[in-house]
Amino acid sequence: MPQSPLLIGCASGFSGDRSDGAAAVVRTLAAQGGGTLIFETLAERTLALAQLARNDDPRRGYEPLLDELVAPVLADCLRHGISIVSNFGAANPQGAALRIAEIAREQGLPAPRIAIVHGDALNAPEQRALMKEKLGAALDGLDIVSATAYLGATEIAQALAAGAQIVVAGRVADPSLTLGPALAHFGWDPADWPKLGRATMAGHMLECGLQVTGGYFCVPGLKDVPDVDSAGFPIAEIQADGEFVIGKAADTGGAVDARTVKEQLLYEVHDPARYLTPDVVADLSHAHVVELGGDRVAVRGITGHARPAELKVNVCYRGGWLAEAEISYAGVQAEARARLAADIVQKRLGSAFKLRADLIGAISILGDDAGEMRRALPDSHARDVRLRLAGEHADRAQAERILREVTALYTCGPAGGGGVRTALRPRLNMLSCTIPREAVHSGWNFLEEIAP
Amino acid sequence: MTQANQTVAVPLYRLAHSRSGDKGNISNLSLIAWDPECYAALEAQVTETRVADWFAYRHPTGVKRYTLPTLHAMNFVLDGVLDGGVNDALNLDTHGKSLSFRLLDMTVEVSAELARRLPDIPGDRPAAA
Repeated sequence: MPQSPLLIGCASGFSGDRSDGAAAVVRTLAAQGGGTLIFETLAERTLALAQLARNDDPRRGYEPLLDELVAPVLADCLRHGISIVSNFGAANPQGAALRIAEIAREQGLPAPRIAIVHGDALNAPEQRALMKEKLGAALDGLDIVSATAYLGATEIAQALAAGAQIVVAGRVADPSLTLGPALAHFGWDPADWPKLGRATMAGHMLECGLQVTGGYFCVPGLKDVPDVDSAGFPIAEIQADGEFVIGKAADTGGAVDARTVKEQLLYEVHDPARYLTPDVVADLSHAHVVELGGDRVAVRGITGHARPAELKVNVCYRGGWLAEAEISYAGVQAEARARLAADIVQKRLGSAFKLRADLIGAISILGDDAGEMRRALPDSHARDVRLRLAGEHADRAQAERILREVTALYTCGPAGGGGVRTALRPRLNMLSCTIPREAVHSGWNFLEEIAP
Repeated sequence: MTQANQTVAVPLYRLAHSRSGDKGNISNLSLIAWDPECYAALEAQVTETRVADWFAYRHPTGVKRYTLPTLHAMNFVLDGVLDGGVNDALNLDTHGKSLSFRLLDMTVEVSAELARRLPDIPGDRPAAA
């Protein structure tokens, strides 16, 4: 097995991220002899939305921006031996793989070897029975859209080792997108927990895209970041022992320093000694960072422990309706009028709704759904306030009452309310549990084995 | 009291930076010292109790602090503070991304000498507790 370092670049941190970041990453990887390009495009509910899209059209259900992500860099990746690994298959990895094969044909490229990871969707009766065992009555009567397990790096590694140039997965854990290529490249023992722990945290650094390269870090005057508008996506250099350095695409804006790296290291971590993934329990409780200069930071001191026995499962279900309506007040007593308007609507709708009021421009984001903070804060005499009311109801017609009450403020007062906007959206809710990994039948195939 | 012993209250953002993360109805808030010399004040003063009080209006069901001296950082895990989380909360910020900046408005006491050397934003006006 080669022991040369492996470069892994990430060009997407979620579905909806910038889609023009890959070219600079691919140029950087190509100049250094190749590597792997990953796109992370799933959040907790993204997969359920993809399943709804697939229900409407069986050819859909994969990342809607797949073409934008892949088409501009496919030829260069194939030419320079850069593999592409992604969960952009979402609810339809085979559909995504077919589309990539089509893009290659449209561009006159030789057919790439595309692998598909399967088994994350839990639809078998015995799998549903296990979820029922774990979640009990909470599952009763739910209109389930999707139930998926978080797969790990094993299938990705196997597919790459077998010669896949592109690996399309659905729900795999975000860091597994990085660990898979590392396992394939270095041929590590899959129970070498310290190495797996380190490469997993390298994946954790990459998985949110610009969060580690300064995009999500900057605070004007306090945490300034150069050229943040053109910040580059991150690249990890992983060594044969799993130690890694975080950098970014060449000739891009943004910054990678000890501070940006520390923020991302702890992002969405609970116990730093036990960061759970399907592959390993990573331990960053003794991590430290070393700035190497030139937007490169080494992260050292990470180890790992044996992987959990069970896999995490997300169950998404239809969750009624979210109604949101806004109206603006400006000038003298604007905040007092907005507060009065909120009281009026809340009194008229009574206790039948979970309802929230925000005074945008005075208090909104930091408040709580119950409104305790808003009631406790004295009138700050804000003179440009937008009142936002949000509520939910299982029944669409009831949810619409919220919108009508806010619209009625146009004539029913308080004075000077303007600019009403209303929106009604279906909600997707989620439950989580874990099930034994033996109950999850994961695997992988080359596309041509399924759809020759 | 001599000059050297005088302390002043400063907002946390002058000593540290922070980022929120969310999983379900749980928020984690990192708190990372700008400089190793700021870490002791954070560890001594930003306790689980103070953080629980600071976020009391969100009714946390548990607050756990993990210290990471090699990173000069701490990680706070606040259970039940996201009004149900991204699927249930009616907040504009259902992920609680802004909660790290709420934490950074908390004040701590540091020596006047240290306070003079800490970064500040001219003209900034921290929110009231």
